[in-house]
Amino acid sequence: MEQKNNNDDVRLMKGNEALAEAAIRAGMDAYFGYPITPQSEILEYFEREIPNRHGVVLQAESEVASINMIYGAAGAGARVMTSSSSPGISLMQEGLSYIASAQLPCLVVNVTRGGPGLGTIQPSQGDYFQAVKGGGHGDYHLIVLAPSSVQEMADHVFEGFRLAEKYRNPAMILSDGALGQMMEKVVLPKEGSLPKTEKPWATTGKTKDRNANVITSLFIQPEKMEQININLQAKYAELQKEVRFEKFSCDDAEVLLVAFGLSARVCQKAVDLAREKGIKAGLLRPITLFPFPTEELRKISEKVDFMLVVEMNAGQMVEDVKLSTMGRCPVHFKGRMGGMIPSPEEVFAEVEAILEKQSISFK
Amino acid sequence: METEVMTNGLELVYEKPDTLKDVPFHYCPGCGHSVVHRVLMEAVKELGIQEETIGVAPVGCSVFAYHYMNIDMQEAAHGRASAVATGIKRVLPHRYVFSYQGDGDLAAIGTAETIHTVNRGENILMVFINNGIYGMTGGQMAPTSLVGQITSTSPYGRKPAEVGYPLKITDLIAQLPGALFVTRQAVHTPNAVRKLKKAVLKSFEYQKQKRGTCFIEVVSNCPSGWKMLPKDTIAYLEEQMFPYYPLGDLKVPKD
Repeated sequence: MEQKNNNDDVRLMKGNEALAEAAIRAGMDAYFGYPITPQSEILEYFEREIPNRHGVVLQAESEVASINMIYGAAGAGARVMTSSSSPGISLMQEGLSYIASAQLPCLVVNVTRGGPGLGTIQPSQGDYFQAVKGGGHGDYHLIVLAPSSVQEMADHVFEGFRLAEKYRNPAMILSDGALGQMMEKVVLPKEGSLPKTEKPWATTGKTKDRNANVITSLFIQPEKMEQININLQAKYAELQKEVRFEKFSCDDAEVLLVAFGLSARVCQKAVDLAREKGIKAGLLRPITLFPFPTEELRKISEKVDFMLVVEMNAGQMVEDVKLSTMGRCPVHFKGRMGGMIPSPEEVFAEVEAILEKQSISFK
Repeated sequence: METEVMTNGLELVYEKPDTLKDVPFHYCPGCGHSVVHRVLMEAVKELGIQEETIGVAPVGCSVFAYHYMNIDMQEAAHGRASAVATGIKRVLPHRYVFSYQGDGDLAAIGTAETIHTVNRGENILMVFINNGIYGMTGGQMAPTSLVGQITSTSPYGRKPAEVGYPLKITDLIAQLPGALFVTRQAVHTPNAVRKLKKAVLKSFEYQKQKRGTCFIEVVSNCPSGWKMLPKDTIAYLEEQMFPYYPLGDLKVPKD
């Protein structure tokens, strides 16, 4: 592999392009994708860069084809990635279920847009359930990372490949149209800093010293299929140790905001607004959505007056926050839908409204 | 060693290639799948490419092809075998890659993948088993079922006015510049089997030259799905199937 001499590790880049550049630097062997707004820059970047650098890029005839090319290439031992936006990710769900069952490592990027249906091309978090709860048929999970900056769009590519290969599981970066399109300063990870992993199970050609390798998700005897499920569930339980989250002003917080991705950026500003008014607010931002920071939320639930979950959807992660806190504190929800982004003032107003209601009920 | 004992010192003229695993086929008596499996693996053995060949199994009766073929294999979702094969070939360009699909898989649910794989001229071999019926799910109408053919989902016979004519997808494939070698073969007689073997050997040779997609349709039978004795399926093939799906090469490379 040719080592590029990078004096340009610090750049001003679009989220989609930072992610694509990071993938090349992460030693991605192949990318298969199909154009869809607001993530087409990823495919365009690869089509422009890869012929002069290393790897394979192919524009497929559909997202259905992309995800199945990913299956084939991942099964053949390559470090592979695809990307799309909400409607295209829906088309990939069949393939993702097969990939999860066959336990193939790969990275899938969802630069989410507002739905349902063809929806809008504006940013949304409406695909949380689809990403975190499986999405396709059967009991399975993706490893889900939620970036909230252009820097994390790049960093999560390395983290996604690393976790996918460590656990032989598909990983997803759950981004959104704003993070994909916005430009920010990014410090790009160094090329070659993610070592290749051994994949003795891959279909690279049966050598004389081993039996034929088979990549499959078909286990027709229910006893065997149940055992496969037990193994998958054990893997998901083990994944709990990879939980990542970030806390702002949580030490003395009486009010906890919980938000991921873009809405966490909004909430960070809302925390500042609250603190200016003397309200002790804090923010917990899950970075991994699966595994979810259940334990940390449980701990905090014993210390705060209430939680307010802020999402760009009709209320999806809030269900996991409620399951984590198990009624130990009230959990409220503030959401915008269909491609709308809440403002920090709007979130702060919600905090004030909840405090007002509480003081009335105490009287 | 076992073979030696069984032959009692007589000359061995026919044996199971070690590219096939030593397990019995699950296919119905008289079904063409096991013959095609054998022909493919004989070719792999003769060319000495067992270590370099990767196969893709479909959804359908031959979903368990990897139980029999002693090579590295991947099992694809219904219709997606050629996309999976594309993924493998793109990251392992020096390996021999083939996909193996039935008519529902390749010519109904996977039509887009089929056409675009060939249109890109992927350097793979696509094997297409056309028996005009969905065997695995119990004998439903396939895109290639003949006009008037009675199946569980065309109980009064296939009516073109309602569901269209049988799809000659191999003829469509032959029109694409990405297709290098397109042929329609059968396995109903020893002579047909020999011809199929030649086509498979040629296809692997072409794949080495990286000149485009090789596509082999095998017009085969389905005694269980057709509700016929295996011997009667031979007559049905000759009298009904071959007139609509004539055997022979549709496209051969100019060289």
